[in-house]
Amino acid sequence: MNGNLLLWTLLVLLPPFVSFAWNGLVIPWRRAGKPAAYLSIVAILTSLVASLVVVKLVLADPGPHTWQAVWMPLKHAPSITVGLYLDPLAAIMLAVVALVAAMVQIYSLGYMSEEPPGSLGRYFTYHSLFAFSMLNLVAAGTLIQIYAFWELVGLCSYLLIGFWYYKPSAANAAVKAFWTTKFGDVGFAIGLVLLWAFGGSYFLPDLFHKAASGEIQAAVLSLSMLLVFFGAMGKSAQFPLHIWLPDAMEGPTPVSALIHAATMVAAGVYLVSRVFPIYTHTPEVMLFIAYIGSFTAFFAATIALVQEDIKRVLAYSTISQLGYMMAALGAGSLMAGYFHMFTHAFFKALLFLGAGSVIHAMHTNDIWKMGRLFGKMKHTALVFLIGTLALAGIPPFAGYYSKDEIVVKLFESGLTIPFLFALVTVFLTAFYMFRVIFVVFFGNKEPEGHPHESPPVMTVPMWILAILSIVAGFLFKGTFEHFFGAAAGHGAEAAEAAAHAGGHSPVALVSLVLAFAGIFFAWLIYQKEAVSHERLRNALKPLYIMLRKKYWLDDIAYFLYRRVLVDGLAFLIGWFDRYIVDGIVNFVTWLTQQSGILLRSLQNGKVQDYLYGVVLGILLILLLGAL
Amino acid sequence: MHGFPVLSLILAAPFIGALIVMFTPRNSYYAPRVLSAIAASISLLASLYVLFTYNWHAGGFQFEELVPLIPALGIQYHVAVDGMSVALLILTAFIIFTGVFTSWTVPERAKEFYALLLLLVTGVFGVFMSLDLFLFFLFYELAVLPMYLLIGIWGSTKYIVPRGVFGRMFQELKVGTKEYSAMKLTLYLLFGSAFILVGILAIYKVSGQFLPQNTFDFLQLSSVHFPREFQRIFFLVIYVGFGVLAGIWPLHTWSPDGHAAAPAAGSMMHAGVLMKLGAYGVVRVGMQLMPEGALMWAWLVGTIATINIVYGALSAMWQTDLKYIIAYSSVSHMGVVMLGAATLTEPGLNGSIFQMVAHGFMTGLMFALVGLVYEKTHTRNILEMGGLGKRMPGIATFFTIGGLSSLGLPALAGFVAEFLVFLGAWKSHKWYWLIPAVAGAFFTAVYVLRALKIIFWGPFNEKYKDVPDAQGPEWVSLVVLSGLLIIMGVLPFLLLRPINAAAVELLTTIKGVLP
Repeated sequence: MNGNLLLWTLLVLLPPFVSFAWNGLVIPWRRAGKPAAYLSIVAILTSLVASLVVVKLVLADPGPHTWQAVWMPLKHAPSITVGLYLDPLAAIMLAVVALVAAMVQIYSLGYMSEEPPGSLGRYFTYHSLFAFSMLNLVAAGTLIQIYAFWELVGLCSYLLIGFWYYKPSAANAAVKAFWTTKFGDVGFAIGLVLLWAFGGSYFLPDLFHKAASGEIQAAVLSLSMLLVFFGAMGKSAQFPLHIWLPDAMEGPTPVSALIHAATMVAAGVYLVSRVFPIYTHTPEVMLFIAYIGSFTAFFAATIALVQEDIKRVLAYSTISQLGYMMAALGAGSLMAGYFHMFTHAFFKALLFLGAGSVIHAMHTNDIWKMGRLFGKMKHTALVFLIGTLALAGIPPFAGYYSKDEIVVKLFESGLTIPFLFALVTVFLTAFYMFRVIFVVFFGNKEPEGHPHESPPVMTVPMWILAILSIVAGFLFKGTFEHFFGAAAGHGAEAAEAAAHAGGHSPVALVSLVLAFAGIFFAWLIYQKEAVSHERLRNALKPLYIMLRKKYWLDDIAYFLYRRVLVDGLAFLIGWFDRYIVDGIVNFVTWLTQQSGILLRSLQNGKVQDYLYGVVLGILLILLLGAL
Repeated sequence: MHGFPVLSLILAAPFIGALIVMFTPRNSYYAPRVLSAIAASISLLASLYVLFTYNWHAGGFQFEELVPLIPALGIQYHVAVDGMSVALLILTAFIIFTGVFTSWTVPERAKEFYALLLLLVTGVFGVFMSLDLFLFFLFYELAVLPMYLLIGIWGSTKYIVPRGVFGRMFQELKVGTKEYSAMKLTLYLLFGSAFILVGILAIYKVSGQFLPQNTFDFLQLSSVHFPREFQRIFFLVIYVGFGVLAGIWPLHTWSPDGHAAAPAAGSMMHAGVLMKLGAYGVVRVGMQLMPEGALMWAWLVGTIATINIVYGALSAMWQTDLKYIIAYSSVSHMGVVMLGAATLTEPGLNGSIFQMVAHGFMTGLMFALVGLVYEKTHTRNILEMGGLGKRMPGIATFFTIGGLSSLGLPALAGFVAEFLVFLGAWKSHKWYWLIPAVAGAFFTAVYVLRALKIIFWGPFNEKYKDVPDAQGPEWVSLVVLSGLLIIMGVLPFLLLRPINAAAVELLTTIKGVLP
């Protein structure tokens, strides 16, 4: 790695750390609130500028640029190293993370303005830690380092979901998020152990090389990469480990936008993209990823249909879109999956910020308490609409390009079932998003209270993301194809497929028609009210209940945690320990004590008792003699 | 070899400190505290000097001092440190340093308290640097015994409601009182000592067959190849003897009671350092002198260790007494130490020794915090707490740091140790040890975060509206210990280099006897 690039990279990675350390250690500064906020924002803006330079440098010379140093030294076994790995994939992601983080932090100045200063300082301290960890996750050179920062972003997520820690729902959601992702990370950790044992290194170029040369046995490689994918399933909320993400909406809305929509939850997708050269050698795992991803996309979209909390609709939509990305990667298209993560970061962050703006104005999350907000919040309504169009995949918005890419790729790769899931999801996505649009911004009902437009400190970041949600698709598609199209593992075939996936194939047309159909039905039901949604709901009661109950998965998870683990296993072991293992110890003690008490009476110091003893003894001897 | 006797300085500072403290005026508030702080600081500075000047390239025992005491019996004052000892000296020095500040508010008989604490730590330092088994055992007993008085006099009593068939028995034994706990801990550890004494005497006796004279000298003994049958029996004896102190299942039940009843600094010393004496003894005396025995019994040591990990974590999950939670978490984490040692692999041994230090700092921090919470809320029952984060943000923050290290969050010390042990477990003969080890880490996440949530999160509790955060000297231990956890987690190589030198040497010994 040359000095110039290293310098710029460090300028991306370090400012948030400086901000975190300063805000964290200088307590009066943090408790003052605003200074901490400004420091954090200056730091992330510095990172943003530097990251753009890094992108420019890396796109000019794709590298990969690497560097590594020993972290845990071992003598006869391979040492564990840390380092940097910069190629277009990492560089672009750095810029995306820095950009969204910067927008969200600026927006937070407005959204969190009613927080007390001490709390505000804490909020921005966490944000700096998150920015630092996420940027380092992206630029990490070794798998162990990815894992380390992976856990750290998980920590930030935990801290920020539980930001309002005095709310029991927030506290529960925070630990649920940590546990669920940690459960996936158990797999990740075992996978890492296997890779070290058989691959002998965590340095990405080494691993790529060893996977390609077949130095690691195919079966071992598959198993370890499957385990690594479990970690990604937890982090990127793939079925059935998705249950934490909707609850994570208990955190402040800007946090949901940054961590639970644009960046951290995409870390799983990023991880799979990062080690994609290894996954191309494990076709079985790829197939698994494709199925899990596409099923998640469909599954989450169905739940989103019946949510009444505006943030939860978006949360399920995020799960669904992450499923799309995984499905694309599983189908062997790095370009499609990664490109969708890129565009999704903008429009989903935008949607969350828009929802935050609405919540800020309405002081409620319930969409049925809203209505006709278009007239009262023009900016918010417009950007939300832009975000929705992008998400629904309507041209020329960003989502159209990336989503079509995925659907087409699934079709071409011959994965029929994942393809069908993806296709149905296109319809569902358009439907549930426009349901929100019509109910919240149009509809026939006046909103409760007196909503008002948010201040510029909130609307300007939203507009920046909105512009990106419009142009990111057609502007950058060429770049992505150039860098990731051919790297898709199937070489020329993939490149050729990428060439004619420009929306001209019949599949793309079908998906477009489905999207419009979704919008049309949403309009028919929620705007025109040609069909009453209440009657529809009653007609499909069992289905409705199943969706409202989220397929009972949350209940099953709670049962497993509460009844099986805590009340069951822990109770058994705890009781066994106190009463059996320690009971034996106590019993032996007690026995010793009791026998002491009993034998003590033999030596009580009373002469008459001793005399009785002597007489008894003589009688006994005489008796024995007589016999 | 020549030059300033720095190890003797480390050893003498707390001992002389204890003597002086005993002669301070009874009504003086600052004299015992300040004197103890000075004594602890001298040991700490000297230990840091040893860490940074220890030549890990060369490895082996350094800073050696040798004075014959009873030549006829082969008893001598022989001290030196290798990489493992260096790491543990650092641990001990930091824990006593912070322990002095944690007990700043000890309400009565401060000078006796501090004198005992310093005496105890003298013993610990002695064990970690002794190269003479007689001296070793002497210091070992010196380290174990003061705890009886520390718990019995300054401890706290938890009222246990006797229930069911065990009710009468529990009542008669006074289960849960500090007297009961002190007695239980001491008797249990003396039970272990009996095994150790037998083991050491046996080694002494048999050494005469191979050496010109019977000796307790560790370096001479380590050149002896003890007979296979001897090793088979006496490795087990040594393992059980030291294992009691290391909290091996099912001989661990003294630990929750003892640690819960002890005063904060007592638990810090005991869980933080003394339990490591046990693990250190198993590795130093057991594995290094009887490598064949270690090979033969590795399956047992490892299996029990995996039980410790999962069993301790699940037991901790069930507890509602905050001190019991931390105590059971120690049982679980000592399992990681023992598992790492039992793997007999390079990463495993490194992880094991690293975990001794990491867990020492972590549990020291936790017990300091628990002491503070108890002192301020007057309850140890977590179900009576809740919403404390609002009134004690500092304590909550440090509690979170300690908890996160405990569950193995990267960038904190616990992760480095656990991950190395995972690697070692896979590389060992029993790859499936990895599964309980990883599962234990997950269960730890469950009970740690659950406890954090119940204690500090949730709606604000009116009952505690006047509870203060930590104050004055109390911050010292919190800041120092959590700082150490972060430094060790981010820059593990600082400590891993000397540790690795020791681990590699031990492995060479063991590999030497491999069939």
